[in-house]
Amino acid sequence: MKNEDLIAKLKTIVQPYVQDEDAFKNLSEETTFVGDLKINSANLVDIILDVEDEFDIRIENEEMEQMLSVKAAMAIVNSKITS
Amino acid sequence: MTRVVITGMGVVAPNGVGLEAFTKAIKLGTSGIAYHENLKAANFSCCIGGIPQVSEEKKLEYLTPLQLRGFNSSGILYGCMAGMDAWKDAGLEIDVESALDYDSGCVFGTGTSGVDKFREAIYKLDAGEVKRMGSTVVLQTMASGISAYLGGILGLGNQVTTNSSACTTGTEAILMGFERIKIGQAKRMLVGSCSDDGPYIWGGFDAMRVMTYKHNDSPQEGSRPMSASASGFVPGSGAGAMVLESLESALKRGATIYAEVLGGHVNSGGQRNGGTLTAPNAEAVQRCIMNAIESSGIEANAIDTINGHLTATSKDSLEIENWTHALGRNGANFPYVNSLKSMVGHCLAAAGSIESVATVLQLKNQFVFPNINCDDVHLEILELISDDKIPKQMLNKTLTIAAKASFGFGDVNACIIFKTYN
Repeated sequence: MKNEDLIAKLKTIVQPYVQDEDAFKNLSEETTFVGDLKINSANLVDIILDVEDEFDIRIENEEMEQMLSVKAAMAIVNSKITS
Repeated sequence: MTRVVITGMGVVAPNGVGLEAFTKAIKLGTSGIAYHENLKAANFSCCIGGIPQVSEEKKLEYLTPLQLRGFNSSGILYGCMAGMDAWKDAGLEIDVESALDYDSGCVFGTGTSGVDKFREAIYKLDAGEVKRMGSTVVLQTMASGISAYLGGILGLGNQVTTNSSACTTGTEAILMGFERIKIGQAKRMLVGSCSDDGPYIWGGFDAMRVMTYKHNDSPQEGSRPMSASASGFVPGSGAGAMVLESLESALKRGATIYAEVLGGHVNSGGQRNGGTLTAPNAEAVQRCIMNAIESSGIEANAIDTINGHLTATSKDSLEIENWTHALGRNGANFPYVNSLKSMVGHCLAAAGSIESVATVLQLKNQFVFPNINCDDVHLEILELISDDKIPKQMLNKTLTIAAKASFGFGDVNACIIFKTYN
């Protein structure tokens, strides 16, 4: 999957949880979920579930712990859908 | 001595959502009871119940799309609506950026929280999908979910807690907030209670055969407190809320004052002397009422009207008898008495707070709301008090003092005395 397509899908997934709209508008690979988008950390598990459903993958606890930024999320999703 | 007044109220009831609609409904004697197909489908004996009408648009006036994501707890919804309405009604602001207020707290009770959410979670868990339950299960199913939601929405920095004492819960919550202000630990307390609707909260009562099965074809006639043809209670749901405030704080803010909470009492019959898990110890009930009167510094003769617990079961006569003994008043000397349950059913944990809101509205607007479905008052009750003390039509009356009592499973009792403020 192209990076732009993947980012677009991730944007749609995280949008409902975002508390900082400006950071969301400027979302890039470097954007972090809690730090930049001000997402409540409790909602990270909900984002994981939505990512799992969207890409039909399963994300393990260790992977989830690393999934703190757009870049990390992309890496994990890519490793799952290409494998 | 700190005096405590009511400066705001909110209500989400089967016969009216919001103070205005609710006031109109209780004056007219409008029933909020309806037939529910899902109860029939689940083989309930009683297929009628009271559920507040709340549209999806209405929900968004109170909770954000994010808060409503994965949301499946009707009690928390009703509680947030009533609580936020009461807060605004008191002239206080609701702003996520508001400063933390250490002088304001919350006691908001419930029986069980989020039964539908809990059911959802159990199905996932039993399918081996505990990891896929999401972040919302705990917050919606913990008993204190409602006070947690309200505490955050309003930015409360004083005590934020949930009480639970079956059908006494709402009345008890008001007294807990009252006491906290009275002892100087808080200036304002948002108090109230809420209860879920639907088969999973009502099923246990249907199984006990304490709900009526005789009115599935005539739902609005089903809830018949004090009636000779009463055949069990009708389940209800919703929430009621009040902002209690020290008189000093209320006057300083120039707040509207609905009424004063003079005092009250909470006790238990200990499941002794005739009391059981489900039946009241009459001596303890009477003692609770008498202590409430004493702590309010009034005479029993000063009570103008009573809002009873009166569920439409065989215990209604015993309740009236207990009031006659506790007040030392009977026949034509008995105060007016009514039961909101005739219109909304038994709202369980929410009953005490919704009914207290109705009681205070009577004082504020000087009327006694009618008992519907009570044209055939039970003969045992007529032996105790005059028929005209049980209004069947709304009465416009000069009222000063109203008593409200609630009794619950576990043999627990609560009684509050409200007084007009002027």
